[in-house]
Formats: sequence, structure tokens, C-alpha cells
Amino acid sequence: MNEWIYVALFIVVGLVIPIGAIGAGFIFGPKKANPIKESTYECGIETVGESWVQFKAQYYIFALVFLVFDVEAVFLFPWAVKLGQIGLYAVIEGIIFVAILVAGLVYTWRKGMLEWV
Amino acid sequence: MSFWNDPLKVAADWLEGVFAGWGMDAILAHVLVAFLGVFLLITILMVLDIFLVWIERKVVARFQDRLGPNRLGPFGLIQPFADIIKLIIKEDTTPGGADKVVYNLAPVLSMMSVLILWAVVPIAPVMLGTDLNVGVLFLIAAGAIGTLSIIMAGWSSNNKFAMIGGFRQVAVMVSFEVPMLAMLMIPVIFAGSMNMNAIIDAQNVWYFFISPLGAVIFLIAAIAELGRAPFDLAEGESELVSGFNIEYSGMKFGMFYAGELLHAFTFGGFWAILFFGGYRFFGLEQVSPFLAILILVIKAMLGYWVIMWVRYTMMRIRIDQMLGFNWKFLTPLAFALLLVTALMNALLAGASTWLYVFGMFLANVVTGWIALEIARSATRKERASVEGPKPVEAHH
Repeated sequence: MNEWIYVALFIVVGLVIPIGAIGAGFIFGPKKANPIKESTYECGIETVGESWVQFKAQYYIFALVFLVFDVEAVFLFPWAVKLGQIGLYAVIEGIIFVAILVAGLVYTWRKGMLEWV
Repeated sequence: MSFWNDPLKVAADWLEGVFAGWGMDAILAHVLVAFLGVFLLITILMVLDIFLVWIERKVVARFQDRLGPNRLGPFGLIQPFADIIKLIIKEDTTPGGADKVVYNLAPVLSMMSVLILWAVVPIAPVMLGTDLNVGVLFLIAAGAIGTLSIIMAGWSSNNKFAMIGGFRQVAVMVSFEVPMLAMLMIPVIFAGSMNMNAIIDAQNVWYFFISPLGAVIFLIAAIAELGRAPFDLAEGESELVSGFNIEYSGMKFGMFYAGELLHAFTFGGFWAILFFGGYRFFGLEQVSPFLAILILVIKAMLGYWVIMWVRYTMMRIRIDQMLGFNWKFLTPLAFALLLVTALMNALLAGASTWLYVFGMFLANVVTGWIALEIARSATRKERASVEGPKPVEAHH
């Protein structure tokens, strides 16, 4: 049988069990909603302003740096699997490949984008 | 083939026979048996999860010189069941401005992401959910769903604290995934396969002894991915009042909590599988799958205990310190170690096992030592620039 059917079964059962647990809470718990109870928690004071605000651009920079390394993983995993068979030549190629990517990290670092401001 | 040697196959064959006796289609019977197997495994995991609550509370109590739960039943063993009853009969409130679909989906996904990780866990030589040839990548992919659930919870709650918690979790996820990916490549290089079972089979010497630094970096990255102290910035009780799960109550909160504990246990298990030989222990796993399961659970518990040990010993660090630590220290170190390992692997290709292990171990220790020395000198320089020049002592 196809291996991925098991994964599909895991996803189905993995979804059903938490839904069942939360459903049990929904059945047995009291349901007495009121506007005060549903108001947003903010340390006991009335909520001020919007919650869905613009976020700090710094997070975006880290996401960009991450993207470089995440794509790299796609290329490096096959390299790692076959490394035992392709020998020293492939190792040196791997070093060059990683060095190019690390240059990106060094550039970001030198530009001061890794500092939290 | 007896029940003692391969319980799963015996039970599956018997059940398929029963279903065939009812006149069921063979393929349907096979899928149904697989479904029952998956259901059994997940049920056992959920029961285990209940006891993990007890274990976590008992261990944190001991670390803090307390007794922990000890009133309900022997050693407080009934306590987690009382907790569950309490969570079930609590009211589920949904904040007014919340995005209802995403808000309700987040706790479900949080639990699901942990449970599907067990699809690739080899529990015993003959027992595993599925023998994926990309098991290691599956670990990363499924783990990312857990992080996604935290982001969903943070965003959909319509709460500023939850929102900040979500932001921070994204930063943690995108940062620590990089050293983790690099460290996952180290067992892959040694075993020549991304299959979990093949990685265990290849571990005649535990990879911890071949790559101790790799094991440590993997653990640090795993703790960060789990969002546990010292990297629990998404929660941060003292500043974000529990962060992303602030608006959750009742069983929805329970799912986040149980998911976090089971996630930690699961990563203890992956640590054991990737670096400590999984279910293997001096050939004992060949005696019976039951013994193999016991060995894996003990190793996973030890890994989980180390994660708890770190959690209750370290202080929470700031977000800038955490990102700086990752991008300026852990990521360069992880890639340096990966390349050193690859190079040594090629240079020691024809060597005997002991020479190979010794050479790799030495390479790891040297790499770690150099990295620590560089970090130390950089820290000294930074401290000097902050504190100014050392005051000259006055002469008598």
C-alpha cells in the first residue's frame, strides 16, 4: 500500500481526536456568553485601538534571511544523502555552495540588519 | 511468527481474516486495519500525554524544591484526570472580535501537528507507522504546522498580547529552523539516507559519540522550536500574560498545553532516534518489539527530562538576544560543523570504525572549542565597548 495513505490516516485521526476533546468541552461546559465576558483581555482595562496593527519591519528582514537558507536545504539534503558515494569533490562543491549563502548572511550582518532596533 | 516477535503483524493478519470473513473487500479491510492501528497508537499517545502533565508537574516541583501534586491518589497520579474534568466543564469563551474559524482551528492544528509526527517514528524494528524515505524532511514539515497554529492563535484572538506572541513565534521559527535543518543533515550524512529506520539501523555507534556538538545544537534548536524556556518568548508570562493562548479557555487551552508537552516528549524521542540509537540497546531490541518500545520510551523520557532540565534552569532571554544568538552564533556554527563533518567524512572514508569515531569526535570538540573562543573574545570586546576602558588602579 502507498506509504502516504498512513500519513493521511494520521492526519484524519489527529484531527478527529482534538475536535472530539474540544467537542466534549462544548457539550459539558456552561454556555452563558455576555459582552463583558467576550471583550478582549487587556489587563483589566478597556481595549484601546486596533489589535491588527502594522508589525515591526525587523521581523521581515529575518524572514528574508531565513528564506535563503530554507531554499538551500532543498539542495543540501540530496547532497547529504549521497555524500558517502560522491567523495571529496562533492564536499568541496558543498563548501563553495554554503560559502556563497553564508556571504549573504555576512552581508546582512555587516549592514547591521541583525541588530534589533 | 508469534505474537511475542511481531505483535502488530499477527494482530493485523487476524483482524484482516475477521473482516474477510464478513465478506469485506481486501483493500478496504487493509485500510480499515491500518486505521485501527493508527487510532490505537494515537489513543496510547493521548493517555501518555495525560501522564506527561503529571510528570512535568512532578519534575518542576523537584527542581524548585517542592513536592508537586501529591494529594489525589498515590503520588498525585489522579491529579491530571481531575485537571481534564475541570477543563471539560469550563466554559469555552470566544472573544468578540476574533476571527472565529482560525481561532477554533488553531488548537486542533496544534495537537494534530504533534500526532502526525508519530507517523515516521520507528517504535520498534517491525513497528512503525510508515517507512517514508523522506522521514527527516517530514519532521520539519509537520513541526512547522505546530508553529503555524501558534501564529494562527496569536493573530485570530484579536488581542495585542496574543499578536505580539505570534510575531515573536514567527521570528523564533524562521530563525531556529536553519540550525535545525543543518543538524538534521549530520545523521543523514552518516546513514546515507533520510529514512528514520535506516538512520537507526546505521547507528552501530550512537551518533552522539560521532557528533556530540551536532546533538547539542539540535537540542537547542528543538527547544526553541518547541517554544519552551529559555526561548518561550511567545508565551512570556511576565510580559505577555501567556501570549498567544491568552484568550483561550477550557479544552481549547488544554489542547495547546497537552500539545506542547507531547511535542517536547516527541522531540526527546527524535533526539534519541537521531543521536542515541533509537530503539537499539546492545541487541536487546532483537529479543522482542515490546522491549524495543520500552527502550525507546526510556530514551525519549531521558531526552524529555533534559529538555525540562534546561527549561527550569535557564532564564528567559530577550528577543534581540535570542535572534542574535541564533544568527550570529548558532547558524554559523551549525554550518561550520556541517562542512567539517562532510570534509572529515570524505577524509576518513577508508578508516576503521574506531579511527572514524575518534576523528569525528575530535573534529567536533575542536570546532565547538574554536566557536566558544571566538564568542568569548567577541563578548569581551563588546563588554569593553559598553563599560569603557578599565579604570587604572591608583598607586600607593
